[in-house]
Amino acid sequence: MRAMLTRDTAINLAILALLVATAIAAHLLGEGFAVTLATKAAIFGLAGVGLNLALGYGGLISFGHAAFFGIGGYVTGILASHAAAGTPVATLPFTVMGSNEMLGIWPMAMLAAGLAALAIGALSLRTSGVYFIMVTLAFAQMLYYFAISWPRYGGEDGLSFYVRNSFPGLNTFAPIQYFAICAVLLAVALGFTAVVTQSRFGLALQAARQNDQRTVAVGIRPYAIRLMAFVLSGMIVGLAGSLYADLNRFVSPAMLSWHMSGEIMVFVILGGVGRLCGPVAGAAIFILLEHVLGGISDYWQALLGLLLLAIVLFAPGGLIGIVTGRGRHA
Amino acid sequence: MLLAEQALNGLQYGMMLFLMAAGLTLVFGVMGLINLAHGSLYMTGAFACAVVAAATGSFWLGLAASLAAAAAAGALVEIAVIRRLYARDHLDQVLATFALILVFSEGTRWLFGSFPLYLKLPPSLSGAVLLPGGLHYPLFRLVIIGFGAAVALGLWWLITRTRLGIRIRAGEADREMIGALGVDIARLYTIVFALGAALAGLAGALVGTIQSVQVGMGEPVLILAFVVVVIGGIGSIKGAFIGALLVGMTDTLGKALLPDLFGQVLDASSANTVGASLASVLIYVLMAVVLILRPQGLFGARS
Repeated sequence: MRAMLTRDTAINLAILALLVATAIAAHLLGEGFAVTLATKAAIFGLAGVGLNLALGYGGLISFGHAAFFGIGGYVTGILASHAAAGTPVATLPFTVMGSNEMLGIWPMAMLAAGLAALAIGALSLRTSGVYFIMVTLAFAQMLYYFAISWPRYGGEDGLSFYVRNSFPGLNTFAPIQYFAICAVLLAVALGFTAVVTQSRFGLALQAARQNDQRTVAVGIRPYAIRLMAFVLSGMIVGLAGSLYADLNRFVSPAMLSWHMSGEIMVFVILGGVGRLCGPVAGAAIFILLEHVLGGISDYWQALLGLLLLAIVLFAPGGLIGIVTGRGRHA
Repeated sequence: MLLAEQALNGLQYGMMLFLMAAGLTLVFGVMGLINLAHGSLYMTGAFACAVVAAATGSFWLGLAASLAAAAAAGALVEIAVIRRLYARDHLDQVLATFALILVFSEGTRWLFGSFPLYLKLPPSLSGAVLLPGGLHYPLFRLVIIGFGAAVALGLWWLITRTRLGIRIRAGEADREMIGALGVDIARLYTIVFALGAALAGLAGALVGTIQSVQVGMGEPVLILAFVVVVIGGIGSIKGAFIGALLVGMTDTLGKALLPDLFGQVLDASSANTVGASLASVLIYVLMAVVLILRPQGLFGARS
């Protein structure tokens, strides 16, 4: 067991090192596009790390995490567009001004995503199994239709903001500097996940996944623990959504769609469920596949589908599972 | 008058949702499987109907083709992929069927292109009829209501009165036991899956005549069907029927009435915006209310 742990840790570190090395090498070679791809991988990896907290450690199969990704994105887009126009976002109950400071936007995005996760989680966690999957999916879809039918912030067309938000001391327009911001946040989220999953809370969460009744028998209320995990998970995904909006300087209902939920789930499963860096590896491989398969065929999603199918049917531990020769969930 | 017309539209929409939800709930109930690719089977039915109807000039042949194609696609998918997933957890089922959606959608795009196809109604079904009370209503929408009602009756008869129905119910209750009693479970599951697929294909063909036939058409409907199944309760055909009518009515009447309702208190343009936004999420509010009161759905036995 001990040897396995170190092997997992080594692979985790190797994945992160590879991501950073790719970005730096691309930067030195002047390949701005490749730096942007690495940034996208880091952001999607962050979203996957967020979902993994609920899905991998908590066993909560949420098919609605695009809701939090999209909320993070919309908070960012709305604040940025109001800052550009110089108008307040809201005047009641108190005045909220727009902002183009990432340090101000991130907490707002995480707060909004967290509140949404609290509401959705409180309702969805009354159910379990297949119901939970469908209910989270349906609530995310509700926000999707809401975004489409609310013309004030672009409706179906989405919302563009032309200037990337700023971070003190950095030029966020330089691809490598924006990558650095995303990579550091990813590392922070990974550190946070590592600490949380080893805490009393994290152990209780994993106990509830493994055996609900025994958890109740030792005096832990799974509902509260799961709700907490769901909210934390939503907040991390909301932060990823904020970064993604800044990467593209654009948000649209597509960020809220169930395809997005499916993709975030794919990052997690492709890399390995319940493994610290699994989602990062999964997101990086997804981006790479998208790029490579997209170059081969216009119908690359069909190839991706077949590949996914093969992984689910024949390698249930995900790709890291193949490398470490161990099934899912330690 | 407007209200009666909208109520009929809601009924028609509900019947269409029932065709989708019935297949989903059967597959959930009997096999414990969550099938995201159900919408792809709906799309298969619509495309089969459009292509065969265009080639032969007969809508009825197209309709038969939609049933056959969706059932065949369902059986094929069950044998090739789904049967490997029964013993797996829901996560694997979700991912594998999500992958199937990608394959189906892109495969269809490759075969038929991205442009929508249009289905023409046969003359005998087009036009409007005069209903008692002086309402002119499209005949074809009434036909869909009729199809939905007939399928509901047929399913009720199948499940409660036939040998296959007994086996399906036994499969829901205890799959090892019916296996031990000599029922070929693998074949039973393939039949149930193909039956659900055929219902989805029928819904796709019928809706394809009202809207257009295009890639991705199954996905919004799939999510509505999930809402129906959650409201009705997993595995319950009766729940699917009542849930579908509730969702169909709520959605249609909400979209028709809410903007006017808000017009009573707000000015016209903001009433339209608020009304339309609220109407688009109304069925999810309905689902939330049902979940708060009954987490297992209106007629669900197990959660």
